[in-house]
Amino acid sequence: MNLYHYIVRLADNSHILGHRLAEWCGHGPFLEQDMAMTNIALDLIGQARSLYNLAAEVQNEGKTEDDIAFLRYEYEYQNFLLVEQPNGDFANTIVRQYFFSAYQLPYYKTLYENLQNKNDHHLTELRGILEKAIKEINYHLRWSGEWMIRLGNGTEESHQRMVNAVQNLYKYTGELFIADETDDTSLQSGFGVLLPEVKKDFDKSLFYIMERSGLTIPENETMQTGGKQGVHSEYLGYILAEMQYMQRAYPNSKW
Amino acid sequence: MEKEMPLWEVFIRSRQGLDHKHVGSLHATDAQMAIENARDVYTRRQEGVSIWVVESKYITASDPADSDQLFEPAKDKAYRHPTFYHLPEGIKHI
Repeated sequence: MNLYHYIVRLADNSHILGHRLAEWCGHGPFLEQDMAMTNIALDLIGQARSLYNLAAEVQNEGKTEDDIAFLRYEYEYQNFLLVEQPNGDFANTIVRQYFFSAYQLPYYKTLYENLQNKNDHHLTELRGILEKAIKEINYHLRWSGEWMIRLGNGTEESHQRMVNAVQNLYKYTGELFIADETDDTSLQSGFGVLLPEVKKDFDKSLFYIMERSGLTIPENETMQTGGKQGVHSEYLGYILAEMQYMQRAYPNSKW
Repeated sequence: MEKEMPLWEVFIRSRQGLDHKHVGSLHATDAQMAIENARDVYTRRQEGVSIWVVESKYITASDPADSDQLFEPAKDKAYRHPTFYHLPEGIKHI
């Protein structure tokens, strides 16, 4: 059952961030970036679909990816607080994306390595999903990094918006690296990822890009936690209400 | 917007061995952003394996008003098509 939780958490993060980015559809600052954001949204939702599918298989209770996505309650979602934060302005969306991708890339890469030569067919399938996702995340990190630099060094206004975004979001990065029971059990099972190692890579990416963007990492920030335990900020409920409305109002509806 | 984000022409090569074809244009501040925007706008359905971009202002186009003198004279010279040449038998690789 732990593998189920482990996979669902990976999926929840991609799913909720994908949903957030999809909210930009038709509202991007200009056509090219409108499409860039919806492309990334589709990458993330694609990751979530594959992972939910696998989770349903692991669970083996005859459920589908849709059941897991649309019929769980807020406290059953294990995504980070970071990914459910509102889009805000373009700067806020960029910083949120950079923080998440700078975490997701080393995490997925390490997990991919650790899953090598595992004989369990669920783990082999997970590795296949990661292989595809890593290519996508490389681009997400590059895209958001480019914009960090452009906006950080852009006009006075763009710089100020970036400063505000970093100030607003940095406090949600703490829980990405705090291990809980699911993390510990995955380590005991021999494939888990050491979060302090991921944190080193994250810090390295962050330091690199902040320096080039003329931005500084906030010091002595009090970190917000809870997402991994299903204790969410006020925003997740609204996301789920919108996302799950159809399936709950018309159970088993298809389109 | 035109000043900060000029227009770029995008060329995509659909497969190895084929040539780059003009597919459209987009706005970007510089070449790097133009490549990334082109990736997001023009290669979403596996259209390509390589992208070229060039700022539109560097393309010199023929004047449509000159069409008469430029292209009309070729109209009655069908004999320029290679189909009129008879190839000797036994010639290969052509």
